[in-house]
Amino acid sequence: MAKIKKQNNVKRRQFLKYSGVGIGLMIGGVWLARNPLRRKVFELAETMIAPYQGDTSNPLLWLQVTPDNKIILHSSKVEMGQGSFTSLAQLAAEELEVNMERIKVIHAETGSGNIDGMSTGGSMSIASLWFPLREMAATMREMLRSKAAEKLGLTTDELSLTDGVFSSGTKSMTFGEVVDAVTDWIIPDTPKLKERATHKYIGKAIPRVDLHEKVTGAPIFGIDASYPDMVYASVIRPTMVDATMSNFDFSEAEKMPGVIKIVHEHGFVGVVAKSQVEALSARKKITYDYKTNQKWNLADVQKAVSVGKGKQTIFQKKGKAVEDISDEGESIEMEFRSPIGAHAQLEPNGAVANYRDGKVEIKISTQVPKLTRDEVAKALGLSKDKVNIIPTFLGGGFGRRLHTPNAIQAALMSKAVGKPVKSFFDRIQEFQNDTFRPPSHHIMKAKIAGGKILGIENNIASGDTLFNSALDPGVETVVRADIGSIRGGAIIYDKLPHISTYYHVDLPFATSFWRSLGLLANAFAIESFMDELAIRTQQDPVKLRLDNIDEANPYGARAKRVLEACVKKAGYQDSANNGRAMGLALTIDGGSPCAQVAEVSIEDDEIKVHKVTVAFDCGIAVNPDQVKAQIEGCVCMGISAALYEKMNLKDNKLTPINYGAYRMALMKNVPKEIDIVLIEGADVPGPVGEPPLGPIGAAIGNAVRRLTGQRLTELPMELV
Amino acid sequence: MKISFIINGEQKSVEVSDGKSPLLWAIRDGLDLKGTKYGCGMAACGACTLHIDGEAIRSCSYPVEMAEGKIITTIEGLSQDGKLHPVQQAWKEEVVPQCGYCQSGFMMATAALLNEISKPTDQDIDDNIINVCRCATYYRMRKAIHRAAELNSQNS
Repeated sequence: MAKIKKQNNVKRRQFLKYSGVGIGLMIGGVWLARNPLRRKVFELAETMIAPYQGDTSNPLLWLQVTPDNKIILHSSKVEMGQGSFTSLAQLAAEELEVNMERIKVIHAETGSGNIDGMSTGGSMSIASLWFPLREMAATMREMLRSKAAEKLGLTTDELSLTDGVFSSGTKSMTFGEVVDAVTDWIIPDTPKLKERATHKYIGKAIPRVDLHEKVTGAPIFGIDASYPDMVYASVIRPTMVDATMSNFDFSEAEKMPGVIKIVHEHGFVGVVAKSQVEALSARKKITYDYKTNQKWNLADVQKAVSVGKGKQTIFQKKGKAVEDISDEGESIEMEFRSPIGAHAQLEPNGAVANYRDGKVEIKISTQVPKLTRDEVAKALGLSKDKVNIIPTFLGGGFGRRLHTPNAIQAALMSKAVGKPVKSFFDRIQEFQNDTFRPPSHHIMKAKIAGGKILGIENNIASGDTLFNSALDPGVETVVRADIGSIRGGAIIYDKLPHISTYYHVDLPFATSFWRSLGLLANAFAIESFMDELAIRTQQDPVKLRLDNIDEANPYGARAKRVLEACVKKAGYQDSANNGRAMGLALTIDGGSPCAQVAEVSIEDDEIKVHKVTVAFDCGIAVNPDQVKAQIEGCVCMGISAALYEKMNLKDNKLTPINYGAYRMALMKNVPKEIDIVLIEGADVPGPVGEPPLGPIGAAIGNAVRRLTGQRLTELPMELV
Repeated sequence: MKISFIINGEQKSVEVSDGKSPLLWAIRDGLDLKGTKYGCGMAACGACTLHIDGEAIRSCSYPVEMAEGKIITTIEGLSQDGKLHPVQQAWKEEVVPQCGYCQSGFMMATAALLNEISKPTDQDIDDNIINVCRCATYYRMRKAIHRAAELNSQNS
């Protein structure tokens, strides 16, 4: 890579000021706790801009021009299906003035120095790179222009630029020719970015840049990675929760064919063998004892995750508790539950590590290359520059790869045998050792009188989402409410008096990020309850929502517009017709409002979703087709979670342990019609990949209520 | 032991220590054809679907010794003479893949379905395409299956 010389008078460019995109929480009227630090954290969470956390001062870290006049975009954000590689290429092409075909996007290795300080998560890839990447591309374009002018003996003003070729009269020079033999670059002030109206690629439905690889079965995933002379490993994983393994007996395993070594260090046991099959077979011959600490069944988990138990935090307060409102009127109370949810991403977790001469290189499907590098370095006692993480395409992420300590095991085994090692979990291990979506419990209360809602009480209890897995110790003490678990848990109807309280519980198994975190369950409870209140007060559910959203709320006007557009497009009716009924729900997640209307019937005693109409406002849709793809995916994955998925816990064993038994939506279970309206209600792109998971559960439940009279209060929803 | 078969038009042999072990690993690691994916190891998800003598088979649960003398096609052999198979072409036109991991299995299952039923109805698709896609790209897949049938009929 070329040496960089910065002009002394150039300040580090500031991108923060642009990134006015809210993330995570939408807490209208946060009740500010007395603890000033906590108040600060909630304020941050509410209005938080999530600027990109990495080096964006040097375009050469991101954009590499090759001699054949192609651009390689080294992305520090990983591609897990969300389509960000395509949108990033669009952002770069726009300012570089090159056709899309000229750009190839690859994953940046941590060794390149282009490191994302956070993770690929929170649906923030495009939103956080919207300004920085375009600025780097524009800056790179001008760096190239200066060099071209110098080489051609012209001034920069004389050069025009078309698709990666500078020209002036009969003279021309490609980007590829410009970079030839250049070692020193001057990084100029950031040029002015193009106006939205002049964009050629941004806002266009450009086909995904990874389509060819993905329809031809190219070896692009972590599990496909290899090294010459590589061997294979299989690691023992716990099969029970809250239990410890001891007294390992390797004698039978050691006799198995192909076994090279059994590694027992750093708290894990792994078999290294000549082939995948031999490693798996030998691992199954290892015996050990289990000591259970406490007995756990699902009922114990549900008892632990209960409103009223655990650490309590009030996170919204605008009004009184329901029992304090008035003696008049009717009190309504409803209880909701959501289950332990599995990620069930298709590619199992694993890594391919090559330890050699005090350095290690790891090819891995991960959402956290930096964290993985740091953890491997620490475990192996290496400095961080001796560890290079090479991210691959992910066979699904969904939050499951926001912590990938399995890289450590592969690295240690590679060191132990002196060869590259590929180590992957099998599917049963994946199900037994998932970092599950935490179960939740909700008690919603309201007081109604004379057809009016006097106040709402919103109580959420949940297992951990973020405290144990992502934040530094200490943050919990300050924040108290797990901002992952309460995501989507705020009442967005500011005009109604409301109180929201969160109860945090730690469970004996790992719970963590699952696409959209608390949104799916919280929105199910709140939006089902809103619909029930509309019915009990004989109000139109659309009007009830529209009347109580405050336009002073930063997302209020956009949320109302989204709801109105959705209802109109769907032709929403609040009564059943010909054995079908519609249900609606509205959520605001990460500042991207989404409304959905689901149309359902009952077939063979099961809920059948025929059509889902979606209106979504993520601000600028950099690639409208991929925004639609994410919405379709969220709707269908949401149907899967809302109607079928649940884990059980019996005698400390989590079940099911494979697909099929862990029922998920298949082709036959998803709607044949998904009708989408995109609204561009902001001048920046906001989160896309998770917000549309919000409304789907409640939209289906509300449709079932209007069809059958049954109010379903438990996920997955089953007719009674 | 040595197992021989024709795969993607070529005669190949693989050396395995256990004839009962899955065909999947012999193909992925023995022959370095990585397009066929591991998903579940018990024929529950379909990520490992390939064709044996023209029939869709879940190779994670197919003993390698049974492949002796058979004709196998994987995703790498679906396209011929550098031209994408109509199923792949349709998948591209409809921009189906998201993460892409399960897509080979779906395309192989679809190609086999179209050999049986040249113009499948939605019901045929629901009954026969029963693989798992966690990105839940089913909505576009259905469109792509219909499109592939259309491309097939144009070609013939």
